[in-house]
Amino acid sequence: MDTVVDARGLACPHPVVLTKKALENISQGSIVTLVDNQTAVENVRKFAKSQGCDVEVEETREGYYIHIEKTAAETRADLSEFDTGVILITNQYLGQGDIELGRTLMKSFFFTLTQMNGVAGSIIFMNSGVALTTQGSEVLDHILSLEQAGMEILSCGTCLDYYNLKNQLMAGKVTNMFTILEKMAAAYKVITL
Amino acid sequence: MNEVKVKPDPRLLVGFDRADDAGVFKLTENIAIIQTVDFLTPMVDDPFLFGQIAAANALSDVYAMGGEPLTVMNIVCFPKCLDLRVLQEIIKGGLTKIEEAGATLVGGHTVDDTEPKYGLSVTGVIDPARVVSNACAREGDYLYLTKPLGSGIVSTAIKGEMASELVVSRAANSMATLNKAARDAMMRVGIESATDVTGFGLLGHTMEMAEGSGVAIELWSEALPVLTGVEELAQMGLIPGGAYSNRDYLKDRISFSDEIDEWIRDLMYSPETSGGLVIAVTPERKADLERAFKELEVKAAAVGRVKNAGRVHIKVTRREQNGYRS
Repeated sequence: MDTVVDARGLACPHPVVLTKKALENISQGSIVTLVDNQTAVENVRKFAKSQGCDVEVEETREGYYIHIEKTAAETRADLSEFDTGVILITNQYLGQGDIELGRTLMKSFFFTLTQMNGVAGSIIFMNSGVALTTQGSEVLDHILSLEQAGMEILSCGTCLDYYNLKNQLMAGKVTNMFTILEKMAAAYKVITL
Repeated sequence: MNEVKVKPDPRLLVGFDRADDAGVFKLTENIAIIQTVDFLTPMVDDPFLFGQIAAANALSDVYAMGGEPLTVMNIVCFPKCLDLRVLQEIIKGGLTKIEEAGATLVGGHTVDDTEPKYGLSVTGVIDPARVVSNACAREGDYLYLTKPLGSGIVSTAIKGEMASELVVSRAANSMATLNKAARDAMMRVGIESATDVTGFGLLGHTMEMAEGSGVAIELWSEALPVLTGVEELAQMGLIPGGAYSNRDYLKDRISFSDEIDEWIRDLMYSPETSGGLVIAVTPERKADLERAFKELEVKAAAVGRVKNAGRVHIKVTRREQNGYRS
């Protein structure tokens, strides 16, 4: 028997809040949220999708039934403190000194990162660091694994433009200085290489 | 108001006919008065902060026209059963912003209500020849936005108790900021066209500018300053209902590049509370405006450009397109 959340007559964001509570109470399965206006339909749908659930909307005389299916495998972990952590890569080689050593260290760094949990939620690549997320990068496989595991991969747009690498981005998204600063400011820690 | 007939007066420089937020009335060759009124229901839990935000919000209309606030009156709705100290805090908060604006509080009016509301009636002054309107943006003008977007989304999240302390404090700080410095920068450079971003969202107020000026505008989604935490809150569906009404009203005249994420579209349609100014500047004066922003410590971003005279439309792309013809 599906849990039914009757959110009719409630102003936003209460339909989303009630849906969130109901989803938190089940580890997997379905719930149905009932609403009476389009705004609520859109917001609840967006919320459920952001949590990795499947959503179907059924319009009836009593209102809109929003069928939400939560599968254990697709459940997104609750945002923890670790997710605000940022790793800032400012150079394609790790450290000052010998370039060969720097290359080896960077490969080792990314490999080790794929073997650990809870280090950070995002990796931001700036200056020559964008060489690592673009074509020809020797650590691309590791970065793609990290992205699969849920880490946010961001490369500075200005840097990509400067090095003419915009069309060669192979992992993650382009970002700008404003977002970079926002993430660093909100981070519980920032690791800079 | 379409049903209500208002007698015309030649001294009225700006009235209902254009979508400006304030009325401008010429007194002498050198002085016009600006009149505006605005009040809000609480969007944050702290009464002092609420007072500051509501006052900044009301004063903004005067700044958007390039004017200087002179006198203000409080407008208060307050439940009889609520502790009067809460009202005191709201008024104290409002007063900090009134004083920061250099204006004088001359009185106010209070009405009993089931929920608190606060705002101001504001009288300002301006040289009639220097009124900044939202109706004379020109082809080639750059558009600058002086505050980050997302205050409406954060307010919705606060109602659902889903905004962290950091996110709330960043948003409240932004909403409580006066548009005074932005106004000062505009007037230093001699800007003619600007508007403030409030209930109709960035797209709604930019559309007012496009309609008033008869132009097509291109906005760049990657250039938009966004408040902390808003991306995630928007993706979670914490979108104020007003965003959808704005979208229904505007969508036929707005196009988005395919790659623009849904949350950014929602953000651009979302109502803002006490938002920044959108300022149109000619390419020749762009550098001067940026220098003025820097000197006056206004964090402004270039977010778009006026592309085409004669066709009213907004196109949202990720970044600046060269050679765009609509």
